[in-house]
Parts: sequence; C-alpha cells; structure tokens
Amino acid sequence: MKHSSIMLSFCAAGSLFLAGAQSAKVATPAPAGTLRLISSLPRTGSANAQTNTMVNGIKLAIDEVGGQVDGWKIEYQDMDDASPQRGNWDPAVEAQNANAAVKDDECVAYIGTFNSGAAKVAIPILNRAGLVMVSPANTYPGLTKAGFGEANEPLVYRPSGKINYFRVVPTDDLQGVEAANWAQFLKARKVFILNDRELYGKGIADVFRKQAEKLGLEVVGFEGIDSKAANYRSLATKVKATSPDLVYFGGTTQSNAGQVAKDLRSGGYEGMFMVPDGCFEQAFIEAAGAANLNDKTFVTFGGLPAEQMTGKGAAFCTAYRAKYDADPEAYASYGYEAARVVLQAIANAKTKDRAGVLAAVSATKDFDGVLGKWSFDANGDTSSRVMSGQTVHEGNFKFVKVLGN
Amino acid sequence: MLDYQVFLQQLITGLSNGMIIALIAIGYTMVYGIIELINFAHGDVFMLGAFLALTLLGALGMEAWGPTGQVFGVLLMLIGSAVFCGGLNWSLDRLAYRALRKSSKLSLLVSAIGCSFVCMNLGLFWGGVPMKVFADGNSAAAPKDFPAIIPQINLLGDGFLRITPADLLVFAVTIPLMVALTFMVKRTRLGRAMRAVAQDPTAASLMGIPVDRVIGATFFIGGALGGFASVIYSLYNNTIGFQMGTRAGLDAFTAAVLGGIGSLPGAVLGGLTIGCVRSMSDQYLETRWTNTIVFCILVLILIFRPSGLLGSNRREKV
Repeated sequence: MKHSSIMLSFCAAGSLFLAGAQSAKVATPAPAGTLRLISSLPRTGSANAQTNTMVNGIKLAIDEVGGQVDGWKIEYQDMDDASPQRGNWDPAVEAQNANAAVKDDECVAYIGTFNSGAAKVAIPILNRAGLVMVSPANTYPGLTKAGFGEANEPLVYRPSGKINYFRVVPTDDLQGVEAANWAQFLKARKVFILNDRELYGKGIADVFRKQAEKLGLEVVGFEGIDSKAANYRSLATKVKATSPDLVYFGGTTQSNAGQVAKDLRSGGYEGMFMVPDGCFEQAFIEAAGAANLNDKTFVTFGGLPAEQMTGKGAAFCTAYRAKYDADPEAYASYGYEAARVVLQAIANAKTKDRAGVLAAVSATKDFDGVLGKWSFDANGDTSSRVMSGQTVHEGNFKFVKVLGN
Repeated sequence: MLDYQVFLQQLITGLSNGMIIALIAIGYTMVYGIIELINFAHGDVFMLGAFLALTLLGALGMEAWGPTGQVFGVLLMLIGSAVFCGGLNWSLDRLAYRALRKSSKLSLLVSAIGCSFVCMNLGLFWGGVPMKVFADGNSAAAPKDFPAIIPQINLLGDGFLRITPADLLVFAVTIPLMVALTFMVKRTRLGRAMRAVAQDPTAASLMGIPVDRVIGATFFIGGALGGFASVIYSLYNNTIGFQMGTRAGLDAFTAAVLGGIGSLPGAVLGGLTIGCVRSMSDQYLETRWTNTIVFCILVLILIFRPSGLLGSNRREKV
C-alpha cells in the first residue's frame, strides 16, 4: 500500500516533469480533453476571506500538477454559494451551483461546501448525477454517519444508493467530544451552551453537551440564539445569572459569534468562551474585537494550524507562502487537500469520466496528506483524527495543544 | 444574582433596546400618519446613517481622541447622521414618492420597496470602501466592528445592577428627542400644519398650508430621528452591517403597528413593549421562542384592537 502511494507521487512528479520537457522540445500533443473541477464556497459576506485561502489552496494543487493530468487539461471554476440577501450561504444559490455542475459535461468533481447546511442541499443533486463531491470543511456528522442526526440520515443524501460524498476533515462528533474534554481540562465545572440553530452549530453543541454531561460537568443552560438579532444583552444577563465558568457557542462567524462574544463581555460575563472551528478565522476576531477575546477564548479545529504542520503539510505552507505571500488560514490546507484527492483520483481513474473519478476517489487509501497518511472509510470520512486547540492572544490565534490522540 | 436583580437588569436592557426601536418606529409612524405610506426604505436609511457615523469616526480618528474629545465626537456623529438621514429621507420623498402622490397607494408602496433595495445596496458598496474601520474594504458584506468609544463598563462597580455609559447614552439621547418632538407637533406652527395635512390635505392646502413642503419636512424629521437612532444603535451594539436595516426596520415597524400606526406615543409604547418582551422572553422562556412571542402578541393585539394600542385617537396622529 505504501508503495503504491510512493509510486504515485513519483508518477505525479514524473508527469509534471515530462509535461515540462515535452513543451520544451516538441509541440505538446493535443490534450485528450478537458476535465473541470467546480468549487462552491461562500464568497459573499464575512466568509469570503476564509474562502479566498481555500481557493488559493485548490489553485496551488492544480498548479503543482501543471494544470493537466495524463494529457487531460484540468480547468477550475470558482462558484459562490452565498447571496448578499443572506450575507451567508444560501440554499437557493447552492442548489443552482450543484445543478450547473451536473449540467456541465466536462465537470468531474465538485469541491465544497463550506457550510454543512449547504452540503445537505448539494449532495442529493450531485448524487443523482453520479458526480463526486469532496468537502474541505463540512463537519456535521449526519452527512455521512448514521445515529448522530435525523433518523433518515445519511441515506436521505444518497438517492441513487451509492456514496458520492467525501470529506477530508474530521467530523463534529469527534470535535465536540474533544472540546468538552478540553473544557474539563481547563477546569470548567459549570458550562452554558449556546448554538445558532443551524445544522452545524446545533449539531456540535449537542455533541458537546452529551460529552460534558458524561464528564460530570454541570450544564447550566442550553439555548438556541437568533443569529440575526441586533444584540444578545438579555441572553448575556441570563448567562451571567447562572455564573458558568465557560460558555460554549456552537456556531460560525457568519451566525454572529462575534456579537455573542461582544455582548457576553459588555453584559459583565468574564469567564471562558469556547467556539468550534467555524470561528477559526481572522474574521471572527475582527467581528468580536480582540479585546473581548484575548486569552479567555478557546477555539477547537479538526486539523492543525499552518505553523504546526510537518512533512507534506509544512511543504504546503512553504509553497503557499511563496505563491501568495500570506499565511494560509485554517481551511486553506483542506482546500488544497480536497483538490489533491480529486487530482490523484483523476490520475488513477480507469475512465476519465464521472464514474471513473468517483470510483477512484472512493478508493483513496493511505493518501499522503498534509496531516499525515489517511484513507477514506466506508462512509466517505477521512481516517485522520488530528485536532488542535488554540486561544486568542493579542488579537491573533495562538496554538495551545493537540487534542485527542 | 438574586431573582429581582435579574428582573431589573432585564428591564434595563429591554428599555434600552426598546428606546432604540421606538426612535426608528417614530419615523415609520410619522410618514404613515401624513401620507399613509409605509416607508420601507426607512430601515435602510437608518443603516446608511450608521455607515456615515463609522466613516466619520474612522476619517477623524476619533478612537485616539481623549474622553472629552470623544463626547464631542459622539455629538458630531449624532448631528452628522441626523442631517444626512433626514436629507436622504427628504430626497427619497422628493424623487421617488412625490410624483406618485396622486396615483394608487400600491405604486407608492412598490416605489418604497425599490428605494429600500437601492439604499441597501448603497450600504453594500459603502462597506467596501478601503478604510481601516471597514477592515480595508476586504469584504463589503461582512459586519463591521464599531469601536466602543462609549465604554461598556459598569458604572456601579460590582454593584447591585449593571448600568453602562452606553445604556445612559440611549436614555440621554432618546428621551429629550421624544419630548422635543412632542412639543414640536403639539405647539409649533409646523406641527400644527403637519396635523392639518394629516387630517385632510385638500382642506389644508385651501387654508394656505404648503402641503408638499410640510410632507417634505415630515420626511426630514422622521429620517433625522432614524439618524440619531443609528448612532445610538452603533454605540450600543458595536457592530453594523448593510443588512441591519432590515431587522431593525422590521422590529420598528412591528412596534409602530403594535402601538397604533400614525400615533407618536403609540410608537414609543410599542417600541418599549417589544424591547421588554424580548428581554423577558430571553430570560424566562427560551431565546429561540422570542421572535414567535413578539409576533404572537402583535397578532393578538391586531385581532382585538385592529388600530393598535393607542391608534384609536385619530387627533393624536401626526
């Protein structure tokens, strides 16, 4: 198994080299055809900064293979699944993107989405068309695993009966558990849990609550917020009245995590605040104001921040910095990873079409990824379990420790 | 915290939020009272006022000013936004509504919705201005942090209740404005003219009242109150965004209808009611039920008192 992946990286490097050499000597043979990757990520609203770095990761992966695989030209199309009306991902736009990808005969893979709720819309549409979807960021467990969400999940996303959805990030049933473990480690005894009532936020908050109760932490409150509210002063008073040591918010920057943090502080709550990976982006610190977060805010993430990566991951960071003159944000490495999984699958595919690429993606094993070697399991989830915890220090995220393992 | 302590704290929060809603609601109710138009653009005019305030704050570098300077800065933002929003609202009337005065109510309403979209998209562009306060304009649609130049610290130390300078600001600005407005409507020539136009525009014009100018003035005053509200809102919540007008407008419109659209005290009562109901529902029920409760109350009141809480008194309307 190990051999095959080494061989493969040789092949990839070789074909790259050959491609370069050929163009220098003789005219390149006409490409066998064009294959298109389409990404669908939020580009309107505060998520755009994060999406930029994911798209950069995808482009970097395509550049590394010289924009072609086995003589097939690789094209990339960057779609936006957010709308100004919502300032966030929009189910209507997501459905439109997925349908456009299905209609595009040259499209062999769909990279996305960022939000788990958006994935819920896209997966069944792509599933009927047998188009593979690789997500760099969805962490809601129910998309692939039974027993975590609704009773009909994940079968409801697979109308054709086949699996077409894969993700390169560990899911929330792991992240939520690690978050609660970390809360206990931080000596929290009483926790107040908030969520944004979205698929992702409510999901991870539920997991956090379950684990917190299992660990014997006292859950003094569990509330779903209105993510469009002007402020959360009343909620802050309610939280403060129960005097928790830690407040957990299951949600994202786009579902108002910044305002929640702000109002907890202006409402006089001075304890710890913990958020999941949906807030692991600079936009969260900007929205909340660094002074409200510094040293008392804890962020979990299913992966490692750029500066902690080794091996392939470190190489990615160096290449990324060289190309874009900026540090990759949390999900940039997963954007890169998702694109590489697809590109490798195209190289391995027996037939260079949707069915061939889908079969090759699901056969991904011992992939030499940015977080070490991993494989897709029978559900389409990564076998990687690396997670990290960070805090906010002087207005920047600061790595604290590796969680789990 | 003790039970009644929590209750009083929620009351303060509810009243602060309610005051801001009320100030916006007055803009809806004044315009409705005089030309029976629900000015859907009002919430978005309010939003643009907040963007102007943040622009002023950033351009003049108010964060670096001392405490006295910042008090002056707040005054400057209040006046700037009020004049700007008043002027904008007046222009909307002049450009988009006046020509439709004689046509059906529906065309006027559609025109108002159109104005709302235009203003909202202006806000979207504005958010992309490459200024430091707009995060260098990197993401136009993202919410913007509004620096807390009015500190959110407890004036009572570790006292019995938590009252911040921002809370005080809300009351210190809204109450005098409401008193002044009531005085103006009841006692001044313009106020009398407004009430006359509201009752019967034709008769008013026969009496020599310049109807269009009075309507323009009403739009200006309503917009200016929205401008004041936008600065207080920004200093109180410390976040603004191009979509904030939609939600604030919806809350304020609900308040205006609840209190009886067209009635000034009704708008204030409606705003305070909504603010307090929200706080109490957040505290004693669950946050996720808050919106449901607010709208249930609205439905019940409209069933049993279709003209709203204080709407029956026709002479009170502006």
